[in-house]
Amino acid sequence: MDIKSSLHQIKEKFKGNKFAPAFNAFHTFLYTPNDVTKGGTHIKAADDLKRTMNMVILSLVPCLLFGIFNAGYQHYAAIDAANGVIREASLFGNFINWDNFILGAIKVIPLVVVSYAVGLIVEFIFAVIKGHEVEEGYLVTGMLVPLIVPVDLPLWMLAVAVIFGVVIGKEVFGGTGMNILNPALTIRAFLFFAYPTWMSGDKVWVHGAVERMGTPEAISGETILGSYAQNQEILYSLSDMLIGYIPGSVGETSKILIILGALFLIFTKIGSWRIMLSTILGALFMGLIFNQVIDFGLITETSKFYGLMSVPYWEHLLIGSILFGAVFMATDPVTAAQTLKGKWIYGFFIGFISIMIRVFNPAYPEGVFLAILLMNVFAPTIDHYVIEANVKNRLNRLKIKSS
Amino acid sequence: MSKDIIVKKGLDINLVGDAEKTLEISKESKFYSVYPEDFHGVYPKLTVKANDNVNAGDVLFYDKNNEEVKFVSPVSGKISEIQRGERRKVISIDIKADKNIEYKNLGKLDSKANKGKIIEYLLNSGLWPFIKQRPYDVIADHKVSPKAIFVSGFSSAPLSADLDFISKDYLDNIQMAIDVLSKLTDGEIHMSIRKKSDSILSNLKNTTIHNVSGPHPAGNVGTLINKISPINKGEVAWTIALQDLILIGSVIASGKFSSERIVALVGSSIDNPRYIKTTIGSQMSTILGKGIRDNSRIISGNVLTGKQSSINGHLDYYSNTITVIPEGNDYDLFGWTRPIFDKISTSRALTFSWLLPNKKFDLNTNTNGEHRAFVVTGSYEKVFPLDIFPMRILKACMYNDLAEMEALGMYEVAPEDFALTEFICVSKQPHQEIIRKGLDEMKKELG
Repeated sequence: MDIKSSLHQIKEKFKGNKFAPAFNAFHTFLYTPNDVTKGGTHIKAADDLKRTMNMVILSLVPCLLFGIFNAGYQHYAAIDAANGVIREASLFGNFINWDNFILGAIKVIPLVVVSYAVGLIVEFIFAVIKGHEVEEGYLVTGMLVPLIVPVDLPLWMLAVAVIFGVVIGKEVFGGTGMNILNPALTIRAFLFFAYPTWMSGDKVWVHGAVERMGTPEAISGETILGSYAQNQEILYSLSDMLIGYIPGSVGETSKILIILGALFLIFTKIGSWRIMLSTILGALFMGLIFNQVIDFGLITETSKFYGLMSVPYWEHLLIGSILFGAVFMATDPVTAAQTLKGKWIYGFFIGFISIMIRVFNPAYPEGVFLAILLMNVFAPTIDHYVIEANVKNRLNRLKIKSS
Repeated sequence: MSKDIIVKKGLDINLVGDAEKTLEISKESKFYSVYPEDFHGVYPKLTVKANDNVNAGDVLFYDKNNEEVKFVSPVSGKISEIQRGERRKVISIDIKADKNIEYKNLGKLDSKANKGKIIEYLLNSGLWPFIKQRPYDVIADHKVSPKAIFVSGFSSAPLSADLDFISKDYLDNIQMAIDVLSKLTDGEIHMSIRKKSDSILSNLKNTTIHNVSGPHPAGNVGTLINKISPINKGEVAWTIALQDLILIGSVIASGKFSSERIVALVGSSIDNPRYIKTTIGSQMSTILGKGIRDNSRIISGNVLTGKQSSINGHLDYYSNTITVIPEGNDYDLFGWTRPIFDKISTSRALTFSWLLPNKKFDLNTNTNGEHRAFVVTGSYEKVFPLDIFPMRILKACMYNDLAEMEALGMYEVAPEDFALTEFICVSKQPHQEIIRKGLDEMKKELG
């Protein structure tokens, strides 16, 4: 008997059983089920939610791979820097090599494993308790989480945050499709607010920087944003920022790969280009305003805001997580605005507020995740007003008729 | 007089098994069945019992809530059985047909008849159930005068009967029905035809012809209404299918309830898709004959809105299409991630139907995935031409907020308007059922 028919028999045997959802989650991973349409349309289009989610995961894989190499590279580069050796990054020279990969993999793969294992266990438990199938939402969240945390994040912190994020961010609202806040960002926000000294330090972004602190082998773990916030000189070239040879969260550094992912999502019609574009426009607009403020001399070099305000408006896109947030976070369809017009407004404000927080929050100069969470909360309101216009049209039509 | 309507949003679904334009006369069915369930919202009160003899045109039952609306037998013969389900609900009225059909004399309709007389005639001759109304997509309320009557003169749904073909010998009947119905509305009768199709229907008088272009659902009557004169609160519009106009015209002219109908037999599981002339209520096995493949689904209607039937089922009262497609009751290894070339998709998520715009697909009844909560946004709008937020109104129906349903445009829609959004839904939600339940709830609460 082949696998297909034996799995079919197991499925039939455990139908209605409490743990059937757990088995079905694995079964449907291997085989699309033999369900046929009942009532309604007799045929269905090819896509299901698994396929949709899978496209997002595929678009994230290049960022993950780059993040693994970069974790190793930044570690060795920081050691070199501490010894006074200035490195020139080269893709096939000192970037893609076994040393970087092994060190990066040792640090990054456990983050991925913990994120998926803990998150899916929570999902399975809720599926069994509530008796519904395991929904695919967490497949994307589980991939996003390791990419938006610092490389030296302790695994236990990640586990606690994932449990909090999935339970409070999603399950209490009724599970996939019902949540108001982006679960991955809820996890990120939990880390930020629960362990602020850890998350907002200038050491955690490069592996080894924390444990070497205060020792003769101390290395820098500072990100570009951190340097700007402290009005320090920036040591990285624009091409480094574009390609991603910079310290930062695991998967967020390579702007080129993020843009590639964005193009893939837009081409497959999975991601909303409206949100991506409007977020970028919003960020550029805010950056431009700050540049004008500097140009008019309202803020001078003595100000603590000077460093980030004086960043050329377009350069904001190359540093920090704004691009990653615009492409992979803001576009989460469940928590974003759902109307076409609403998406433009929603995205624009995310970009706008991101740069504002980035400039005005000296303690932790990255505002993307806060901006997206804030707009998640306002998304239903935006939609409400967009839809209200349609409702008003309908009422006006009636008034014109009856007058 | 003719006007142009351009439909931009929608989706043409090209399937294997379009009917060849040849007409075959079906063998006479031995048994006929009428299913009260075909008439949505009707509570049947039987006027016949088993072993009664009936003529074609004799009343079988009427609607308990609206006693003037009568439903008549399509043939003459003996009531062989009345099948009942739970709580004695009538499932079907089965009739063993006579060799030669006897007709009840309904009398011809006087061409000078006034509005009241016409309505009385249509009610008594069993023709009223063919007139439907919006809001609620149910049989029209004869006490309310509609603001206009809408007829779709072409079908854009996948594998559906070519209305030009089925009406080409019956133009006189259609004209007669239109002339009569035009007296029942203060407004006009609007009919849509495919732009640049040289449809013979454009010769009809007493009706406003609209040339519609664009993808499905351009041919849906709901699209026509929305583009011309969307229904406001308190308004009523009537809709009638073209094949039913033919029937109404022929009864008015002959005084006999002759329920002959040309039906398209389509789908990839039929050996020779073709048109066939048969009678309402005929057995599927008689109509379809041989040449039906194993493990296939027989649908009374088209693949998007039709009703699942079986070889033992019967042609329902409203359909002009019988579709037979393969059942999809098999597993698909890594079906959720492997590249797909043989199924239709509106995305490009490793699905390649966008490369094959002219390919005819052989789709089966597999759901291609499991039921999930609504997640993806923005995709329904691309196939939904009405000025309504589809996902919003579906959700309003799901949590039964009548005020919101009304505000969002529930009076304008029918389940069939949501067939395409249901087809492309990645969460495999039953859109048409959700809308149907919403409409029923509204009708119950607001009348």
